[in-house]
Amino acid sequence: MIRIVLPAHLRMLARVNGEVTLDITDRATQRSVLDALEGRYPVLRGTIRDHVTQQRRPYVRFFACARDLSHDQPDAPMPDAVARGAEPYLIVGAMAGG
Amino acid sequence: MSAVRVLVGTRKGAFFLTSDGKRKQWDVSGPHFAGWEIYHVKGSPVDPNRLYASQSSGWFGQLIQRSDDGGKTWEPVGNEFVYDGVPGTHQWYDGTLRPWEFKRVWHLEPSLTDPDAVYAGVEDAALFRSGDGGKTWQELRGLREHGSGPSWQPGAGGTCLHTIIQDPSNPQRIFIAISAAGAFRSDDAGNTWRPINHGLKSEQIPDPNAEVGHCVHRVAMHPSRPNVLFMQKHWDVMRSDDAGESWQEVSGNLPTDFGFPIEVHAHEPETIYVVPIKSDSEHFPPEGKLRVYRSRTGGNEWEALTKGLPQRDCYVNVLRDAMAVDSLDSCGVYFGTTGGQVYASNDAGDNWEPIVRDLPAVLSVEVQTLA
Repeated sequence: MIRIVLPAHLRMLARVNGEVTLDITDRATQRSVLDALEGRYPVLRGTIRDHVTQQRRPYVRFFACARDLSHDQPDAPMPDAVARGAEPYLIVGAMAGG
Repeated sequence: MSAVRVLVGTRKGAFFLTSDGKRKQWDVSGPHFAGWEIYHVKGSPVDPNRLYASQSSGWFGQLIQRSDDGGKTWEPVGNEFVYDGVPGTHQWYDGTLRPWEFKRVWHLEPSLTDPDAVYAGVEDAALFRSGDGGKTWQELRGLREHGSGPSWQPGAGGTCLHTIIQDPSNPQRIFIAISAAGAFRSDDAGNTWRPINHGLKSEQIPDPNAEVGHCVHRVAMHPSRPNVLFMQKHWDVMRSDDAGESWQEVSGNLPTDFGFPIEVHAHEPETIYVVPIKSDSEHFPPEGKLRVYRSRTGGNEWEALTKGLPQRDCYVNVLRDAMAVDSLDSCGVYFGTTGGQVYASNDAGDNWEPIVRDLPAVLSVEVQTLA
């Protein structure tokens, strides 16, 4: 089980409260987790990653286990604690302007 | 009993203002989509309960929201705006070429005949259409690819397609306008396009006959006379009597001919409204006096409308999509400011009052006249 913490605006958009949990059957990577997240909540498509390029949107960051995963390869394995559900995967709207 | 609903898009959400036909007492609902930029909200002329909203943020990109109950509830619909084919490049500020890149939807224009059909004007400039209530979007690529596209260069606000006008007498004809590119017309329902900028003069463009590059801020049309167009250009207020084939300046006695919105009275096709702004570097009214100017002669002769508007220390702007009219017997005129006020006149501009005054900066104002 993967635990995901969404930023407030995306929680509201997905109409969820608190953490989202997902069961990932494949190896847990950022790509597989985000694919599963968007599969369950299609409204989030395009809000975290670009529709076409699948690149992370510039002001969205990914954190887990006190590490910034934003620049990790999307197919790199998630930290073991995230894959086990011991630690959440944090999707964060960067503090920038506005 | 008639009623009016004013749809206000702001930097931090949408607000809906409703009143009966007297337009004296207003109820304000919102913020809807709090914290998001709402560039535009507009209702279907066929089904006034069908509303479309452009919701975006620098963090999470673009969403399109749809309501089927007049704004009480909303559903996000499709947000995939993908240029058709290989998008190619257009000019950047420094003259280098940049790939076309979708940034946001500036303007939504529901079809005149089908509540499920809606056009979207986007940045980087392109026109999209949905025929399924906003679930999916297809680019009308003939505009971007008609020939001049690679020479389009962004204005200060970006390369945005901000005006979409459908000809009610000819479903094949659509007008659009793009900031810093110009006005364009299609006579085959959006498949092919050509620039319609003959007669526009822009100081910074050395070629007096330049087909594109003119910074059009807004174009308006009265539905009873679809060949007559009015334009607020970066500088100059212009008029065309031949569906954009040629333009004549009608700035006349305006104190400044810079501005953003332009609107036409609902029942008097020669009565038009602008809000003069001091200059392109000083985006506020001249002398700190907020004045709407009205011409009853289709331009050239203008009168200042000031009653109820601040006449000192006012330094707000009125953006291009932030003015609209209702269609009640005594035409209502509405506009919103970057200071968060929405002003309304229920007598065609003679008298004004703020119907809400402390919103986030207003990006757009649309009005629905309800039976």
